[in-house]
Amino acid sequence: MSSITINLISGRTIQQGVSMEGGKEKNNYRLACGIIEMDEADFKKLGIMKNTNVKVSSEFGNVVVKAISATQGPHPGMAFIPMGPWANKVTSTETYSTGMPTFKGVTVTVEPAPEEKVLSSVDLVREYCFGDN
Amino acid sequence: MSKTITDVVCPFCGTLCDDLIVTTDDEGKKILGVDNACAIGAEKFIHSSDHSHRVTRPRKMQEDGSFKEITYEEAIEHTAKILVNAKKPLMYGWSSTSCEADSVGHEIAELCGGIVDNTAAVCHGTTLIAVQNVGIPSCTLGEVKNRADRIIFWGCNPAHAHPRHMSRYSIFPRGYFTGKGAKQRKIIVVDPRPTDTTNLADIHLQVEQGYDYELLQALRAAIRGEPLAGDVIAGVPKETVYEAVDVLKSGRFGVIFFGMGVTQSLGKDHNIDAAICLTKDLNDYTKFSIVAMRGHYNVTGSGQVLGWQYGFPYSVDLSRGFARYNPGETGSIEVLKRQEADAIFVLGSDPGAHFPMRCVKEISRLPSVAIDPHITPTTEICDVHVPVAFVGVEVGGNCYRMDNVPIEARKVVEPPEGMMTDQQFLSAVLERVKELKAN
Ligand code: SF4
Repeated sequence: MSSITINLISGRTIQQGVSMEGGKEKNNYRLACGIIEMDEADFKKLGIMKNTNVKVSSEFGNVVVKAISATQGPHPGMAFIPMGPWANKVTSTETYSTGMPTFKGVTVTVEPAPEEKVLSSVDLVREYCFGDN
Repeated sequence: MSKTITDVVCPFCGTLCDDLIVTTDDEGKKILGVDNACAIGAEKFIHSSDHSHRVTRPRKMQEDGSFKEITYEEAIEHTAKILVNAKKPLMYGWSSTSCEADSVGHEIAELCGGIVDNTAAVCHGTTLIAVQNVGIPSCTLGEVKNRADRIIFWGCNPAHAHPRHMSRYSIFPRGYFTGKGAKQRKIIVVDPRPTDTTNLADIHLQVEQGYDYELLQALRAAIRGEPLAGDVIAGVPKETVYEAVDVLKSGRFGVIFFGMGVTQSLGKDHNIDAAICLTKDLNDYTKFSIVAMRGHYNVTGSGQVLGWQYGFPYSVDLSRGFARYNPGETGSIEVLKRQEADAIFVLGSDPGAHFPMRCVKEISRLPSVAIDPHITPTTEICDVHVPVAFVGVEVGGNCYRMDNVPIEARKVVEPPEGMMTDQQFLSAVLERVKELKAN
């Protein structure tokens, strides 16, 4: 199956802020943050349609999110997942002795996963903590 | 009939807007409308006043993973016991609550030999390290509004993260010496992506992600008139760097606002060292200041209270009976990675959503309690969840804006009946801890 390697950053979005105040257990939070924003060029490289679920993997873990086209762009070669548990499944725990994880600038691979589901924040965290994961 | 409350403070982001107008019903129970707030701030007020979605009594996780309601007394007992029984409890959060509550929490941490850490650990911690390295020439947002004619946003996207920052302070307002508002200001945005903030910029320095340090040092060299090697520096054409330098030097008063793009990328505190030194260098030509775009509405206050009590603004380890501070060692992320804490207490933050997942898993293994008005990923993996009143909505308290100006948050409605505040809960835990320690 096709896959691409890309530089991942995370950060705030206004939808992330609004949906988190509306309740992180709710569907709106999943819709706002269980996504990866990718550039047109990277969609082409990966050979998938927009709004397809994809699996994002790094040396730190993997997560299923929905690939949408970049709202802040263009930025070929770079992808964005809003800050939240989805981004944190793959983010770097390396702090280089500063105490601060490297939330921005993580090398990830993205592959299509149209059959897999994007979990809610609570399910994602509970499954990871209490499941066999 | 309805009541209108003016000059309400928004308890969401570090901008801490203090001009909201909240309309409530006659009894002061329900919020009917919020004016002046951005979409996030408005949602916070409206959501909090809809009690049907809220957990109103503490809950304890059962063997099967479900939750069962318990009393506040039981929750106080649970919390006091896990803290007293632990050798090194991690007490994390303190950023979405008042300074008064923080102070009570620190007293508990002192008695129990805990680590007190706030959300700077995953946000502006590296900024605080840099400030200790090289100092900080800073100013208040009022000065920015009234004086600044050169603004840099470096690695931040206020259009999304601090939505009213630009209209209240940094781009659009007309102030004493800035009567023409946006027309009088030149805006430079440094970001690897074109964003809603770069759209408002006169110059967008589209830095290659992770190369902020190079660009900062190149700007410093160019300001001193040194030649720059190479045609492209950190992804930015050399001419654009010179153009930016001319704009910066020609201003009367400039400010650098910076965010997670520099604090969390490679280089970390060294990036901020360079940004602060750039500010210092610019003061050879004009007046320049630098301000961190702090996230949680009172993370700055947590740092202030820790600072005046222990001398350090975050990641304070009290386990040896005196304050130690070395973020690369005593910071929450490293402590969790090393599996060194033997209990966790969370208040005023959601590490379950905002820590790397490996650290979240460690939290779920520990004896734990989460104090939060919301249901969050953290509350769903902790042994006990204690709901409390929203600070700044249902109870007042002191908070610090991103520029270290203290602002008193206000109460606008009553909390759900019988619900405790952070400070009340912490005070009760403190009393119980003292009793348990005495025996
Ligand atoms: S900018 Fe920040 S403080 Fe101001 S209303 Fe929006 S969320 Fe609240």
